[in-house]
Parts: sequence; structure tokens; C-alpha cells
Amino acid sequence: MVKVKKFIKRIFEARESVLILLIIVGAIALSFVSKKFFTFGNIKAIFLGLSVEAMVAAGMAVLLVSGGLDLSIGSTMALSGVLTCLCINAGVPVVISIIIGLLVGVLIGLISGTIISRWNINPFIVTLGMMQIVRGFVLIFAKGVTVINLPDSYTVIGQGMVGGPKGIQIPIIITLVVVIVFDLLLRKTKFFRQSYYVGGNEKAAKMTGINVKRVKITNYIIVGALAALAGIIMSARLASASTNIGLGLEMKVITACVIGGASLSGGEGTVLGAFLGSLLMAIIINALNMMGVDVYWQNVMTGAILIFAVVLDTVLKQRRENATNSLKAQA
Amino acid sequence: MQNRYVLEAKGISKRFPGVLALDNVDFQLKEGEVHAVVGENGAGKSTLMHILGGIHKPNSGRLYMDGKEIVCKSPIDAQGYGIGIVFQELSLISELSVAENIFAHRQPKNMLGFISKKKLSEKTNELLDTFNEKINPLLPIKFLTIAKQQVVEILKAMSHNPKVLILDEPTSSLTQIESDRLFENIKILKKRGISIIYISHHLKEIFEIADRATVLKDGKYVDTVNVKDVDEEKIVSLMVGRDVSHKYVNRQDKIDYSKTVFETRELSHESLFQDMSIKVHAGEILGMSGLIGAGRSEFARTIFGLDKIKSGEMYLDGQKVIPKSPADAIGMGIAYTSENRKLEGLFLNSSIKENCVSPQLNNFTKKGLGVLDEKLMDDYAKMCVEKFNISTPTTQQFIRNLSGGNQQKVLLSMWLGIQPKILIADEPTKGVDVGAKAEIYEILRKLADSGVAVIVISSDLLEVLTISDNIMVMKSGKIAAKLKNSDADEENIISYATGVSI
Repeated sequence: MVKVKKFIKRIFEARESVLILLIIVGAIALSFVSKKFFTFGNIKAIFLGLSVEAMVAAGMAVLLVSGGLDLSIGSTMALSGVLTCLCINAGVPVVISIIIGLLVGVLIGLISGTIISRWNINPFIVTLGMMQIVRGFVLIFAKGVTVINLPDSYTVIGQGMVGGPKGIQIPIIITLVVVIVFDLLLRKTKFFRQSYYVGGNEKAAKMTGINVKRVKITNYIIVGALAALAGIIMSARLASASTNIGLGLEMKVITACVIGGASLSGGEGTVLGAFLGSLLMAIIINALNMMGVDVYWQNVMTGAILIFAVVLDTVLKQRRENATNSLKAQA
Repeated sequence: MQNRYVLEAKGISKRFPGVLALDNVDFQLKEGEVHAVVGENGAGKSTLMHILGGIHKPNSGRLYMDGKEIVCKSPIDAQGYGIGIVFQELSLISELSVAENIFAHRQPKNMLGFISKKKLSEKTNELLDTFNEKINPLLPIKFLTIAKQQVVEILKAMSHNPKVLILDEPTSSLTQIESDRLFENIKILKKRGISIIYISHHLKEIFEIADRATVLKDGKYVDTVNVKDVDEEKIVSLMVGRDVSHKYVNRQDKIDYSKTVFETRELSHESLFQDMSIKVHAGEILGMSGLIGAGRSEFARTIFGLDKIKSGEMYLDGQKVIPKSPADAIGMGIAYTSENRKLEGLFLNSSIKENCVSPQLNNFTKKGLGVLDEKLMDDYAKMCVEKFNISTPTTQQFIRNLSGGNQQKVLLSMWLGIQPKILIADEPTKGVDVGAKAEIYEILRKLADSGVAVIVISSDLLEVLTISDNIMVMKSGKIAAKLKNSDADEENIISYATGVSI
């Protein structure tokens, strides 16, 4: 009995359960507002809408846990999309083009990660610079225009369905796979668990023999690669690679991670949380759309949710802290 | 009038959610006395000080200043009544000057309403003169030593002309000489009629500086004694409620002098230490004494692969080794527990479990894929909690919620897990209360009994004499003396450490 109670208590203490609860409550409320909400089509639309964000957020969550941050994801997404499409149009086979696109993301992550960990420079600054450099290269390569005329063998990645024309879009499947894989990696494997140590206390992590540099660089590479993958999928879905794709993506992704329990000071967060964070935001935006609220209100809502989530979490934590402190004093 | 009370607290109780931190505590401070408040961690010392300083409000009880009842709702109220506090953790702004720190938000202005640096300097110098300290008032705080920073912190409190000054663990990061200097300053304040409340873990200091001492235990008032009427053991027994021995346990018979576990030969660092040759035998506890900055921690950190060796050699079990990183050192069987457990030893926001397993994650993976075995980690953490008597409800407890002593035990359990051949414990009982100290000594002795070579670095002379079988004294990056415990006493260690014969 005690074990069951403890188990239940732990579930309720986890950030994810609060989010799931919020999502369920929100969804039920919405189904009263609009009958269309609980349709397969609408749910698919929500998931398709969040697929890009959630995919990158999976990597960003891992990076935030290790105390890092990457603002260049939006630019990386655009560069990989543009380069992949340019390669395809230049006659390079689709698969090779995609690999080139992914390698661009890996390279960007490798450069940022190396600079940050080698000289201990604030990731905000390095990736802010990287964000502008990469966006510059997008414009240079694309000469400022949108790349079009893409073959079906490529666009199928973004537009294809699994399970027939009424099935689920491929981007949704890819995102779910990415989220599950990275959640398990971060939760279960030795290598990725080291991120919690590095983000929690970098000095202590070094003392315990963790290769801090390797952990950090790997995480930047993961984020870069996932941003590149998102760029490829996005260009395939739109059948074009525009130079302004991914603008503002970093804000949405970081918001999702923070709502999901990650902290900008590192050591906290999960991939599942980040996914639920983006799901919650997507549902709210979907609701605003269905209620016919002006699209310009979306930013206001997103910002408000972010602040609300963090304040709520901080207050709950302080309460829990006080409770444990008093327990401690009793002991 | 010796029995006039400048500050009096009657029947103070303070309840935090779920716990009574202070239970009907009385406290009386005479004018011009130095009054020590002692007790183990969690005894309620800090809570009482926070109440006197207006940071917490008591649930019941009254405060009297010069016989008149006062109500402190905020630290500013307390300041107004003439109560100043200097906390253990200094709260100065490192980029700002000495003068601006002291006169924060009340800097003197010139005609244009700008801050007048000249007047600011003058006023600061006046204050500095009281302690005969020579510090440039315009120097940013970051260029000062911790001891000087503390002087500034005390002056900051003094600038409000308090009648009562509370010093919370003022010597916790000072060397012996710096502490002596502080005591001189306290005497100056005392002469000027200021009453001082002095909180410290170091009972020896209390005998040096205090007139009376109030003992608290578990939030309750135990006794107030005249310091000259009691001895250290009496105070300890009041604090702990039982007798705790701080005597050296002779374990020479457990040391195998024929087996050298660890040896350095003329090990030198670029700048911090030179020609360090030491031998540590199986079962031996070697104490390293010396002033802060003598190069003891740097020596240890180099052995642990955190710093580069310039010249010299290291041998472990007769094999020559050169650890290039902590990971290397751990692989060889070298463990090092940092003197700064919060900053670089522990993961404060992680659980006991996560901390215990951290230096040896490899030993907790299932075969293939590097997947961690939670059950194995849980069991290991439970074993640590039990074996080292860590008081906590569960192994999921965050480290930041543990007391200093329990944190130190977690740190030790973390490192003993790698089954080291040599353990270097740097200041293993810093900020740890008396009861837990004895337990930590016992852990170290048991470890040595099992054949591990143990080095204990400590600035606490009593500790070095209590725990070490042999003692090495360092001075300015060199070995100043090697002594057997039986030949060592506080005087000769200090004289070797300072180079001054006493």
C-alpha cells in the first residue's frame, strides 16, 4: 500500500503530470466550445502544426538539461532546407541531398558546441552570433529567393500519409519517433544522463570524471541535426524552401521546453515535458483559432502561458521546499 | 551596571510549516559583553538571530531593547533599533568599491546631487580607522581577500551605529592569523560599549573571545554559562546531550609501514608548490596542515589530475602514474573530495541517489546500450544511507535539503564507491556540527583500517591532531615539517606553518 501511495505521489510531483492534466482539462473545455475539436482531422492538424517545434524541442530539452542553449535553430532549419533543395535541383540524388542537409546541422552544432565548451563562452552569445551567420548563409546560397520545383520523391517526406489518404502525416510519425527515442535516451542511458550532472554542477561533474566537453558538444550536435531534419521536412511539406523559414523558432521551442519543466540554468527538464509543453501551446492556439480570435493574439497568449507556467512551478517548488525543510528540521 | 540587559528576548517561539524551530527561548544580552550562541546545526541559532534581526517574525514572545519592548518587522526596523547583523555568507557587491558597499543607497552627495567620491572616501576612512585597517576606500571589493571583505561587512554594519552586533560564523573562511585579527577588532568594539552576539562552531574561539555562552538544542534553550566557569567538554555535552570525544585514537598498529600505497617524489607545480615528496602507507591517515594558500589543496588537485605537473613523479602501489584528468585519476583509484562541497563536490539539485552513483555510472549500466539500471542505483544509494548513517527520509531527497554533515557523508559515500586506493579528503568537516564530525572521523578511520591510504587536509588544528597518524605541515608551497602525531601539538604546527617560533 505504502509503495502504491509513494508511486502515486511521485507521479503527481512530476511536472509532466501537471501538464497532462492541463491538456486534458483544456481539451475537455474545448470540446464544449467546438464540436470540431475532438475530430480526427483537427487533432491531426494540431499535431502537424507542432511537429517541427516538438522535434527540435526534443533536442533542445537535452541541451537545456546540460546547461546549454541554442538560438541558431531557426537559421539552421532554413539553411538545411535551402541547401537540400538546391542540391536536389542541381541533380544530386534525394537521399544524398538529405544527408548533406543533415550534415549542415551537425556541423553548425559542432562549431557552436566546440566554441562554447572550449573557451567557456556564454552559449547565448555564441549561438546568437551563429544565428545571424547561418541566416546570412541562407540568403547567400538562395540568393534571396525561395527554392521551388521539387520532385515528388522529396515532397513525400512532408506530405505523405501513413495508412492511406486518411491516415497520419509522415512528419507527425517522425516527430513522435524522435520524441520517444530522445526521451528514453535522456531518461535511461548513462551517456545522456550525464547531461543532468553537467547542467546541475559543471565543476562537480568534471570532478566525478565526466567528460564535460564531450557531453556538451554532443548535445549541440543533436540540436543542430534535429533542426536540420525539421528544415528538410518543412521544405518537403511546403514543396519549397523559403529563406525566412524558422524565424522565431528558437523562442517557441525554448518556451515549450520551459513550460515542460526545463530550466535555463540547467540540470532540469525532460524530453516528454518539452513535447507536452508544445502540445499545450498548440492546443491553446488551436482553440483561439476555432473561437475566431484574431491571429495576432497568439503571441500574447504564448508569452502569457510561459510566464504563468514558470510562476506556477516556482510557487509549487517553494511550497514543497518549505515542507521538506520543516521535515528536515524535525529530524 | 553589569546586569543591565541591552537586548532581551523572552519566550520566543517560531513555527515553520510543520516544525517548531524555536520553543519558548529566552536570551539576555548584557551591555558590552561578547555573548556566544552555540548549538548543533538545526538547534535554532540562525532562526533566533533572524528574529533578532527582523528577518523572521516570532509566533510568540517579546523583544526588549534597553528594557523597552520593540517590534522588528523588517531588517530596517532592527537597524533602527540598533541591531546590526553580519552574515556568514558575505553580501557585498564585488564590482563596487569598498566605500560604495558600506554606504549603499545613502552615499553622500555633492551640490549637483551626484555622489561625492571625496566625502565617501573620508567617511569610509573614518570607519576604517576604528579597526586600524588600511584599505583604499575606492578599491572594488573583488580585489580584497575574504578576511578584508569581512572587515568591510562589519564596518557596513557599524556605519549604522548599532548597539548590538551579531556575527554569524565569522571565522568559517578565515585563517588562524586572520581570525586573531578579527578577535582584536571584536575587542575594540567591545571597548566602545557595543554588545556582540557571536555564533561559531569552533568552541575554542568561544573561550578566546566570549564572556558568556547560551546553548541551544533542538530549538530549546538549554543553559547560559559564564565561559570562565566551564570547559569545552561541558559545553559540548550541553550541546549534544552526550559526551563526544575529540582525542586521537592511536592506530599505529594498523599501519603497514612496509607497504607504501602512494608516493610523490619532488612533485612540483608551475607556481603553487615545489618539491613535494610524501609517502602514504596502507592504513595510514596523513594529516596535511598549513595556512590557507600554502598549496595543500593545489597539491591534492594536481594529484587528482586537475592541474598539470611541472616536474617530479607519482607512484601508486609502486607503479608510476600521471593522471591527466579526474577521469584518469578515478580510473587509477585516486579519490578526492573537494573542500568546497557545494560549489564543486555535489549536485545540490539532484537526489542522494543521483549523487552517490555519479563517479561510477559505468558500474550501474545493464549490458549493452549503456542503459542505466535504476534498481541497482536505488539499492546502492540505500546501502550508502544506511552504512554512513545519513539522516534523510528517502534516497530521493535533494542534496540541498540536507545538513552540512549529511552532505559531507554523501560526498564521502560517492567517492568510497569507486573503491579508491587513496582518498584525499579536503576539509572534510567544514561547516559540519560536532556530532557528525565524530562520525566522519570514524568513517575515515574505518576506511584506513581497510588498507586505504587516507590524506586529510584541514585548517582546523584540533582536527588534524584528532584524526592524523602522521602530520605534514606545508608552508608557501613547500613541506615545512613531517611529524608523528605523538610529537605534534598546536604550537609546533602553527610555528612550522607560519615560520614563526612561538
